Amino acid sequence: MADTNTDPSTQAGADTDAFIELDGVEKVFDVRKKTGFLKRERRQVRAVDSISFTVPRGEMVGYIGPNGAGKSTTIKMLTGILTPSGGRLRVAGIDPSRERTRLAHRIGVVFGQRTTLWWDLPLLDSYKLMHRMYRIPDARYRENLDRLVELLDLSALLDVPVRQLSLGQRMRGDIAAALLHDPEVLYLDEPTIGLDVISKARVREFLRELNAERGTTVLLTTHDLQDIEQLCSRVMVIDHGRLMYDGPLAGLHEVGDSERVLVVDLERELPPIEVPPARVVKVEGPRQWLAFPAAESAAVLVARVAAEYPLVDLSVREPDIETVIAKMYAEQAERAIS
Amino acid sequence: MGSGRLYLAVAVGGFRRYATYRAATAAGVFTNTVFGVILVYTYLALWDEKPHLGGYGQAQAVTYVWLGQCLYATLAIQGGGAEKDLMERIRTGEIAVDLYRPADLQLWWLAGDVGRALFQMLGRGVLPFLFGAVFFPMALPTEITPWLAFVVTLLLATVVSFAIRYLAALSVFWLMDGMGVNQALMITGIFFSGMVLPLNAFPGAFGEIVRVLPWAAQLQMPADVLMGETDPWRAYAFQAAWAVVLLAAGRLVQSAATRRVVVQGG
Repeated sequence: MADTNTDPSTQAGADTDAFIELDGVEKVFDVRKKTGFLKRERRQVRAVDSISFTVPRGEMVGYIGPNGAGKSTTIKMLTGILTPSGGRLRVAGIDPSRERTRLAHRIGVVFGQRTTLWWDLPLLDSYKLMHRMYRIPDARYRENLDRLVELLDLSALLDVPVRQLSLGQRMRGDIAAALLHDPEVLYLDEPTIGLDVISKARVREFLRELNAERGTTVLLTTHDLQDIEQLCSRVMVIDHGRLMYDGPLAGLHEVGDSERVLVVDLERELPPIEVPPARVVKVEGPRQWLAFPAAESAAVLVARVAAEYPLVDLSVREPDIETVIAKMYAEQAERAIS
Repeated sequence: MGSGRLYLAVAVGGFRRYATYRAATAAGVFTNTVFGVILVYTYLALWDEKPHLGGYGQAQAVTYVWLGQCLYATLAIQGGGAEKDLMERIRTGEIAVDLYRPADLQLWWLAGDVGRALFQMLGRGVLPFLFGAVFFPMALPTEITPWLAFVVTLLLATVVSFAIRYLAALSVFWLMDGMGVNQALMITGIFFSGMVLPLNAFPGAFGEIVRVLPWAAQLQMPADVLMGETDPWRAYAFQAAWAVVLLAAGRLVQSAATRRVVVQGG
């Protein structure tokens, strides 16, 4: 179990800008499994297994991992609705599970698959409720509401009962509800799940602006890697409750030891091209696919191909993070077996 | 006060939420009126055989029937109030959203249920009662005081009724499903509130027990206060005592539930 009692004087001196701090945070669930008619077997599940990271104020971080990796559990601990089994956790210097209500005034949460809006009532009624719940001064409430309604294009929806909204509309409505009280940090749990391309783009653009203009810290969990690619400079990968990667998005490629693919169209059908370290992975008529390490320069390779072969056209395909992460999981699993 | 305005807003929301279902309300008014008529004739036949059953005269028995129809939805005697939404939110994991809000879970749901009760009273309860008052002889007070006392007992009855249903709803944190609990709520609610027969009419030791259970605070107390069958202050004390005990129990269970239970749905 991680040490929870560090000297307070050193804490204040260390990284004052760290807005979210996790130090060896764990969450263990007791799961009872039926093994017979009346027999139950008790088993411990480590949903989050000694995770440490810090997020400075104003950063936008992607938090990704497969289903059941511990993402939502982490968010629930950050909001204070779950108490960590061990370790130290602070958001804005507050222990979330101890002072949940005080912290709630400073955070915003959007769960893609849940809604905070009042199902049977017009959207505006839910916002009025937020006004009272977060005790937002009247002038600021009106100002924020006007701004969010404009940015998220909600003006035509304010009088519509929430149950009649489309998923994309409801999502925008939920995001506005989470931001009326000017939270310092916004947790987004799969904010683009189930949305069409246009709605996704809209949500992403709004989040980018929010982060850039108001300096809101954003922690984003998602399955949609495009969310991360377009929004986050930093990404954390979690699996089986452990942090597997924490760094810039570009670095994921190196860790995953990934390859890029050069697609070349030649004048005619030819035997596979030979330009090491690239290797041909597929040939289809005059078109050939060459895989090469992501860290190698594509320009050098292209120059060589152009010099030695009758080249008509070409394109370079970047590896998608999905493949990189899948590879990372596979390697992790292999290591575990051996 | 800031939080007072919040819970007022929640109550208004609860009122409006039920007000959106107009067809359901109209159907409810019709059902309660029909049931009232059936019950009135049944009671009249019974009181004809056994005059002054439970200390009520015929007009009082008729009044009791129509009060029952009026308060049936108001006090969610067979369930179907805020606890239904709460159970569903616990079952689906939607409760996580309620938990991170800077508001008190129990007060939030109580406020919503009071709003609902007020709507059910005005939208669904008053009409069958007026119908009964027009077409059947009733024992209604002519001065204002018993009516005011009646309003107070109604408020307290709403709180007790909520407190019972809130406890039942919280059980879903452990049971993961509310089907059985809803059934139990319905049967106990209808029987022990005196929807079938006034609790005054229950004989012997069983009657003694039934009259001190919390359900007695729901229909029996307001009816007796309105018809001057009991001292209002005794009724207030009885209802308030149960309200405090049950709300406190709800608080205890609530803190246990939110501490130990995995919020469902990842």
